[in-house]
Amino acid sequence: MPTKPAGTLYRGREGMWSWVGHRITGVVIFFFLLVHVLDTSLVRVSPEAYTAVIGAYKNPLMALGETGLVAAIVFHAFNGLRIIAVDFWKKGAKYQRQMLWTVLILWVIVMVGFSIRHLSLAFGGH
Amino acid sequence: MTATQIQNPRSGQNSSGKPGAGLIAPKYRRTGGSRGNFEMAAWLFMRLSGVVLVVLIFGHLFINLLAGEGIQAIDFGFVAGKWADPFWQFWDLAMLWLAMLHGTNGVRTIINDYAEKDSTRFWLKTVLYAATTVIIILGTLVIFTFNPCPLDASGVPLPGGFCPAP
Repeated sequence: MPTKPAGTLYRGREGMWSWVGHRITGVVIFFFLLVHVLDTSLVRVSPEAYTAVIGAYKNPLMALGETGLVAAIVFHAFNGLRIIAVDFWKKGAKYQRQMLWTVLILWVIVMVGFSIRHLSLAFGGH
Repeated sequence: MTATQIQNPRSGQNSSGKPGAGLIAPKYRRTGGSRGNFEMAAWLFMRLSGVVLVVLIFGHLFINLLAGEGIQAIDFGFVAGKWADPFWQFWDLAMLWLAMLHGTNGVRTIINDYAEKDSTRFWLKTVLYAATTVIIILGTLVIFTFNPCPLDASGVPLPGGFCPAP
């Protein structure tokens, strides 16, 4: 069985997977953004049209989707700040791996807090 | 012995006389050197807009989803309340423009990376730029032409609007 070259290729480790995650979350956020501008535009059609479409965002299944979307946004935001640190901080490249773990820990903390608040509002109703 | 030549990535293509340009064989060069520093400006824009977007979008999510009743409070009146204040109009305007341009440049990079054929890249980017233009213009018009008291064709206020007392 052929052995992979060790430590020479930029693949398979934190650097590559954070890049993959950044791309995927970026595309997801972009397509949501297109939809979100269109749904908000219904305020220019009529108050009832807007309130009806926003009503769809309040259903519990959509609340799970919103939580996923916010998870994508928060990862993209924190990892984006890490990319800026890698590019502009002179020790950024050296500590990129530690910064990725920091990103993931902060991401978990923020998402636990967000999920509890958002899902209890969405599932609790009035 | 001839040295192995590795083609530069398309997204980082350097077609001028700068270092690295000679590594790209002429048949792989796609531009005639007229692009100037566009790629460098785009790279910088992603970082600058990214920092601003973290603030704008986290603020947006906090106000709309976490504060008060969260998503349950969002309806026509919620939007009317926010856009009665120029602060939130310009907040949303900045978010719209920066997020659309940031996202469009990201998708442009992805198209350049994965679409191999010249014509495929051209058409994907044409569709992308058309969608971006429509969304930015539409969103900008919606923010600044918003009317809290919309009327129907015969001049009667639509239900759900916020009209001044007669």
